[in-house]
Amino acid sequence: MLVLVLDTATPAITAAVADLGDGGIELRAQRVTVDGRAHGELLAPSIDAVLTEAGVKPFDLSAIVVGVGPGPFTGLRAGLVTAATMSSALGIPAYGVCTLDALGAATVGTVLVATDARRREIYWAVYRDGLPGTPPKVAKPAEVAIAIASEGVLRAVGEGAEKYAELLGVSAEAPSFPPPIEFARLAADRVRAKAPSEPLTPLYLRRPDAVEPATRKPALAAGER
Amino acid sequence: MRDEPLVLGIETSCDETGVGIVRGHTLLADALASSVDEHARFGGVVPEVASRAHLEALVPTINRALDDAGVKLADLDAIAVTAGPGLAGALLVGVAGAKGLALATEKPIFGVNHLAAHVAVDTLEHGPFTGPAIALLVSGGHSSLLRVDDLSAGVTPMGATIDDAAGEAFDKVARLLGMPFPGGPPIDRAAREGEATVSFPRGLTTARDLQSHRFDFSFSGLKTAVARWVEARERDGSPVPVNDVAASFQEAVCDVLTMKAIDACRHAGVQTLVIGGGVAANSRLRAMAQERAAKHGITVRVPRPKLCTDNGAMVAALGSHLVAAGRRPSKLDFPADSAMSLSLIGV
Repeated sequence: MLVLVLDTATPAITAAVADLGDGGIELRAQRVTVDGRAHGELLAPSIDAVLTEAGVKPFDLSAIVVGVGPGPFTGLRAGLVTAATMSSALGIPAYGVCTLDALGAATVGTVLVATDARRREIYWAVYRDGLPGTPPKVAKPAEVAIAIASEGVLRAVGEGAEKYAELLGVSAEAPSFPPPIEFARLAADRVRAKAPSEPLTPLYLRRPDAVEPATRKPALAAGER
Repeated sequence: MRDEPLVLGIETSCDETGVGIVRGHTLLADALASSVDEHARFGGVVPEVASRAHLEALVPTINRALDDAGVKLADLDAIAVTAGPGLAGALLVGVAGAKGLALATEKPIFGVNHLAAHVAVDTLEHGPFTGPAIALLVSGGHSSLLRVDDLSAGVTPMGATIDDAAGEAFDKVARLLGMPFPGGPPIDRAAREGEATVSFPRGLTTARDLQSHRFDFSFSGLKTAVARWVEARERDGSPVPVNDVAASFQEAVCDVLTMKAIDACRHAGVQTLVIGGGVAANSRLRAMAQERAAKHGITVRVPRPKLCTDNGAMVAALGSHLVAAGRRPSKLDFPADSAMSLSLIGV
C-alpha cells in the first residue's frame, strides 16, 4: 500500500512516499527541505518530486499521512490543507500524526522532544521508549526545565531542544526534525485497517492573537477640547 | 485553445472562503463560507482567525461548489487560486489547498491577482470586455483606479488610497455610530432613512491635491471629521442623527469615488467604467456612478452585489480567461504574495 507522507510543522518541509508491504515499511522517495518561511512554495514541488521519483501516480496512493503539529500556524496549515484537498480529490483517507510523536518515536529511555515554537518558546512533550509520556504543550524553555525536573529526562531531541539546550539543562541529540518514515509507521495500523478518514485538526496549542477593542477612543486629543 | 474552459477558482485572501466554477463566461457555482461573524466582536478581520476558518471550510466549500455545478474534478480544464494581494496566512491556505487539488488531479494551476479577478467577474454578468476599461476597485482592503486594456496581459494602476481603504472607513464610521461589523450594509440601510445634511470633507479634491494625487484617494480625514462631529454633539448632550450622519458620510465617499473614476475615464478617453469590490455593493455608489457616467456617455459595468464582495467565481472567471488566452500555467512553487503587484495578472 502506497502512502504519501507530509509534514510542515517544523522548518523541515517534508514529503515522502512510503510502501507498506507485508514485510514492513519502506520509503520509496523522500524530500526534506529546511526552510522556515517557504512551506507554501516548497511543499507542492516536493510532493511532485517524490511521486515522480517513486514512479507513483496520485491515483496509486492508498492514504495520506500528515503531521498535525504542534507547529507554527502558517506553515502547519500548508501541510494540512494540502493533505485535505488531495485526500478529498483522490477519495482516499487522510490520517493525522502528532509531529512530536514522529520525532520521539525512535528514541529510547526518557527523552524530551522539543520543536521551535518561535517567540522564544518550544512545543514539547516527554517520551518513554518512543511513546508519549506527557501531552504536547507550548512553553518557555525555562518553564519546561522546571516541568521536566522530576521526569528523569536524560536526553533531548529536536530543533527546539538544540536551540535552547542550555536553558533546558538537557543535552540535545539527533534527529533535529521528524524522520518521514516515522509518520508512516505511526499510521500503519490505520492504513492497513482502512480506517475511516480523520478530520485533520491542527494542534495549535495557542489561541489567536486578538483582543476585543476597548471603548472607542475619542477623535479629539484632550488638549484640543 | 478551448473557447469555454471549465475552471474551478479558490479565493481565501481575507475572511471569505470562496469556491466558484465557471465555463467560459458562464457561472456554474459560487459557494461561500464566511468567518465574518467570528471577527465581528473584534471590529475587524483578525488574520489568524480567518486563516483557521479557511482551513476548516476549504474542502467542504470545494465539494459544495462541485455539487452545485454538477461537475467532477476530472472534468476541469484548470484550477485557479488567488495568489495575492491579501492576508498572507489566509492566502496560503487557498494556495496550498489549490496546489493539492492540482497535484491530485494532475490539472494545470493558475495563481491569479485578486484585484484583477474583481474586474474579471463582471464578464460573468455582462460578457467579455470589448475595449479598454477603467476599473474602480473598492473594498475593505483596497481603493484603486486601474486601466484595463487586456485582462490576460495586465492592468495599469492609475491611483489608490494613500491611507484607509473605503471599506475600512465604512467599518470605522459604523462602529462610531454603534452599528455592527462589517459597516457597509448597516450604513447603506441607515443612509436610506436619512439625508446628507452634513457636508463632510472630500479627501484629495482641492486644486492642489489634484495636481499630485489626481486619481488617489484618502478617507482617513473623513473618518476623523465624522468622529469629531459626532463627539461634538455628544458633548453638547444633543442627539446624534445617526441616519443623517450615515447618509452624509456615504455621500462624501461616493462623491469622491465616482468623481475620480469618471475623471479617470475621461482622462484616458475610455468609455467603460467597471466597479468591483465589496463597497461596489453599496446602493448609493451604484446609483451615483450610473447617473454621473451617463452624463459623459460612459457605460458603467457593475456586477450584482454578491459578485462584488470576495468570492471564488471571480477567481474562476479570471482563470478561465487566462486559459482561453493560452496563458502558461503557474509553476507549483509560486508563493502566496500578500503584496502582489497590480501589474501581475497571474504568477
